[in-house]
Amino acid sequence: MEIKQVFRTLSEASGVSGYEHDLASHIQDSCPWADEIKTDKLGNLIMLKKGHGTNPKPKVMLAGHMDEIGLIITKIEKDGFLRFGTIGGFDQRVLLAQEVVVHAQKPLTGIIGAKPPHIQAPGEQSKAVSMEDLFIDVGFDNQEQAEEYVRIGDIVTMKRDVLELQGSFMAGKSFDDRAGVAAIVECFKALSQMSHEADVYGVATVQEEVGLRGAITSTYGIVPDIGIAIDVGFGDSPGLPESDTLKLSQGPGIAIGPHVHPKVHARMVETAQEWNISFSLDPSPHPGGTDAYAIQVARAGVATILLSIPLRYMHTPIETLDYEDVKRTGRLMAMFIAGLDYEFVEGLTCF
Amino acid sequence: MLLARLTEANGAPGQEGEVRDLIRAEIEPHVHEIKTDALGNLIAIKNPDSPGPKVMLAAHMDEVALMIVGIEGNGFLKFRPIGGVDPRVLVAKSVLVGAKKISGVIGSKPIHLQKAPERERAFTMQELLIDIGAKNKEEAERLVKLGEIAYFTTKYEEFGHDKAKAKALDDRVGCALAIRLLQTEVSFPLIVAFTVQEEVGLRGAGVATYQIKPDVALVLEGTTASDVPGTDEHKHATTVGAGPCITVIDRASIPHPPLVRELFALAEEEEIKVQVRRNTAGGTDAGQIQLSEEGVKVATIAVPCRYIHSPVSVMSKDDYEGAFKLVKSYLKRLQEQEARK
Amino acid sequence: MKTVIRQLTEAFGPSGYETEVTELIKTMVAKHADEVKTDVLGNLIAIKNGSQDGQSIMFAAHTDEIGVVVTHIDDQGFLRFGSVGGVGISTLVGNRVRFAGGAVGAIYQEKGSWKELTLDKLYVDIGAENKEEALKKVKVGEFGIFHREFEDLGDRLIAKSMDDRVGCAVLIEALKKIQNPKNTLYFVFTAQEEVGLRGARTAAYGLEPDLGIALDVTLTGDMPEARRMAVSLGKGAAIKVKDSSLITHPKVKDLLVTLAEENKIPYQMEVLEAGGTDAGAIHLTKAGVPSGAISIPTRYVHSPSEMVDMRDVEACVNLVVALAEKDLASV
Repeated sequence: MEIKQVFRTLSEASGVSGYEHDLASHIQDSCPWADEIKTDKLGNLIMLKKGHGTNPKPKVMLAGHMDEIGLIITKIEKDGFLRFGTIGGFDQRVLLAQEVVVHAQKPLTGIIGAKPPHIQAPGEQSKAVSMEDLFIDVGFDNQEQAEEYVRIGDIVTMKRDVLELQGSFMAGKSFDDRAGVAAIVECFKALSQMSHEADVYGVATVQEEVGLRGAITSTYGIVPDIGIAIDVGFGDSPGLPESDTLKLSQGPGIAIGPHVHPKVHARMVETAQEWNISFSLDPSPHPGGTDAYAIQVARAGVATILLSIPLRYMHTPIETLDYEDVKRTGRLMAMFIAGLDYEFVEGLTCF
Repeated sequence: MLLARLTEANGAPGQEGEVRDLIRAEIEPHVHEIKTDALGNLIAIKNPDSPGPKVMLAAHMDEVALMIVGIEGNGFLKFRPIGGVDPRVLVAKSVLVGAKKISGVIGSKPIHLQKAPERERAFTMQELLIDIGAKNKEEAERLVKLGEIAYFTTKYEEFGHDKAKAKALDDRVGCALAIRLLQTEVSFPLIVAFTVQEEVGLRGAGVATYQIKPDVALVLEGTTASDVPGTDEHKHATTVGAGPCITVIDRASIPHPPLVRELFALAEEEEIKVQVRRNTAGGTDAGQIQLSEEGVKVATIAVPCRYIHSPVSVMSKDDYEGAFKLVKSYLKRLQEQEARK
Repeated sequence: MKTVIRQLTEAFGPSGYETEVTELIKTMVAKHADEVKTDVLGNLIAIKNGSQDGQSIMFAAHTDEIGVVVTHIDDQGFLRFGSVGGVGISTLVGNRVRFAGGAVGAIYQEKGSWKELTLDKLYVDIGAENKEEALKKVKVGEFGIFHREFEDLGDRLIAKSMDDRVGCAVLIEALKKIQNPKNTLYFVFTAQEEVGLRGARTAAYGLEPDLGIALDVTLTGDMPEARRMAVSLGKGAAIKVKDSSLITHPKVKDLLVTLAEENKIPYQMEVLEAGGTDAGAIHLTKAGVPSGAISIPTRYVHSPSEMVDMRDVEACVNLVVALAEKDLASV
């Protein structure tokens, strides 16, 4: 199976934070290499690939979040237009004139509109349209028509098919962090051809975008020795300084910072060098913002690392990446896991 | 001199190794067991199997510092703070960079070449660079790796009436207190968590507490004092020289009210000068300790320090001794209560 | 029930110092619960055993209220203070505070513009002529609350600390009404919600419920030129879809809607764009607890004049009772 195809399907599917249930089944169906699959109380999808060794075996958790940012209906206006708030961080400037799906009693196509430029006051066009002034037009003529299908609290996603750009570049919505989930599936597939001692828990986490919530509870349940969070990182793009970004097509960023265990970092870098997998060093003085932050402080503490897939235009419906970077990330993790033994894991609490 | 050794050691959040090794050597003769965990917390245990309340002391080993995030074409180093640093305190300071401890300076444009209004504006972190004297990018890359840390170079020194100046008094002063307190003879289990990563979000303390499961915890800190010219008295927060502070509320915790009352009463009985921390901002490891599992009784005792999170901070040795005496009296009080049982 | 609300809202209980409130609640719930206990953080937990084993529900309403803490007393006897919880500056000038030791004072401001008003430009006058006199009445580090009495306007009530004593009142009333609890019910009157959902976190850790439900106030959008929000006073219990601390588990949301419809309880859907509740802490406990919230629509939240409608309060009571008596194993 081409996992790129799985990634495509995942990107186009809907799964706003807290509403990831449909995605879980897609992922499950695309990962025949797991020995056990379960969903926990918050909806995290946990896929276990058992190691070949004898107990005690190293326990590795891979976390990529499956949720995407989205919108939520906050009010139905008298004339049938819908007002909305956000779930996760959206730049209000990217919303104008987007096509959306309102997940009402049945899925409704909608358009995000605002007052047209022709009737705006001079000078108004130099200002961003504020979230408060935007609305969704679902084509209903009044509140009654809308209320037949729509309820306060209904979820809205961007309507966007994946685009194939030049080479292996792709663009679409929710690559943040379905790319991470795809990397986990790539890793499982690669591991199926290898011998590995460690039990591997591939977790498609929920609710990362609203506070790393799925990672908090899934890590508590799994109690791993090593946690690897796979998320997207800021790709090089015009206007961003080189030191704040990762180059596309050069493999994942391997983070270094307070949220990264020094020995896991060193081993990850060695693995990449040994197997000739390209990577960038990713210094991260601010540890927050990814599942690694939550995984690290579960229970008595977990040795963690963060791998970042370079991605341009984060939190927009045209997030852009090089799929080869997803593959490199999956392969790097597989090689790292294949090289693990219990002795290494025991050494992680020795400082 | 313990405080000198501790403050002159380097330990950014997540890279506390030098401080940890120093502390380990200091405490080894006085404890039954020492262990570390996956984050690098150093946990020292006295009387692990004795009956009585399990008492935890916590002090964090990490300090704010600068992480190298880029090397410019001309060999200058780009950095970002790790923990909260005001860029204005960085201008024209010296640093030591990375594992090789390369000397460097944080330079800025000479005053002669600035237009008058430029000097009104503070430098931003983005404008400041570390100069290690490298000829070019290649030479800089041979000496320094991305992700390495630059530290302030301040030496510990005693001065003035009863004052001491040093870098990282937040929280090496707490570490020093905890090391000295481990020499106290008690019959109950006494456990000290020298925690990591406090400065980037109280990261180590929760994990340590989960392993220790204490009945009561005291956090030993160095806290902000603003008793300086230009600050109204009601904004001083704490006063250097007025004794150790007891926290009643900060952003991370409301310490256990009965424990707080007990500490004030004890200070009065033992005639130890103490002050209330008069500011609700900031947070200490107490925030994570208190919320561990089903909850832990916690209080924070802090030594007031001026200019924390900068290359040089100032404290009073009398406050430091007062804090030591207060915690020691508390442990003694517990010891007496245990003996009576 | 109005009497209960009056007693609760007139009690003293800033975050961390909720004892007066928990003691009062203890007297109200003691004879209706199978067990009542407190914990380290100061939570009060009333347990009602269910008719069958297995499922348990934790209901949480917080006992603490926002307030102030004395940070300085000057030579003239004026106090400076910091905030306890999210205190709105615009509600303070001319307002009154009452301290733990009983001292009452008026808040006023230094000279300067309203726009630039910050907490450290405000002071409290407790009528002391100098520092010595002030020190007889209050101490630095003492906690205080906003001092305001309860008003009964008919269907609608005004009081300080409706947030969240009205939630406590809902739980107390529900506890009295529940006839056939199918589930083990934990009624947790939580401490320190206003400073970060702290009591609920440690309580939930100990109780490990199967379902968590917070009872708390929510904002409304039905006042002149109000911030847009589709919740109104008098239109029923608000079933939370999300706030900044929680996205209600979709199954829990649907269950609450179904229960409201089956029992003809008026309800409205709530999307709160800022703010959180105890459910935010409960749902992240251990390996996760599906959670939701039933909210009491309240105007002027975090001011000393918080307004609720008794019809909404009663709807919330009925929804809690319906959930408590529902066989969760079947859901």
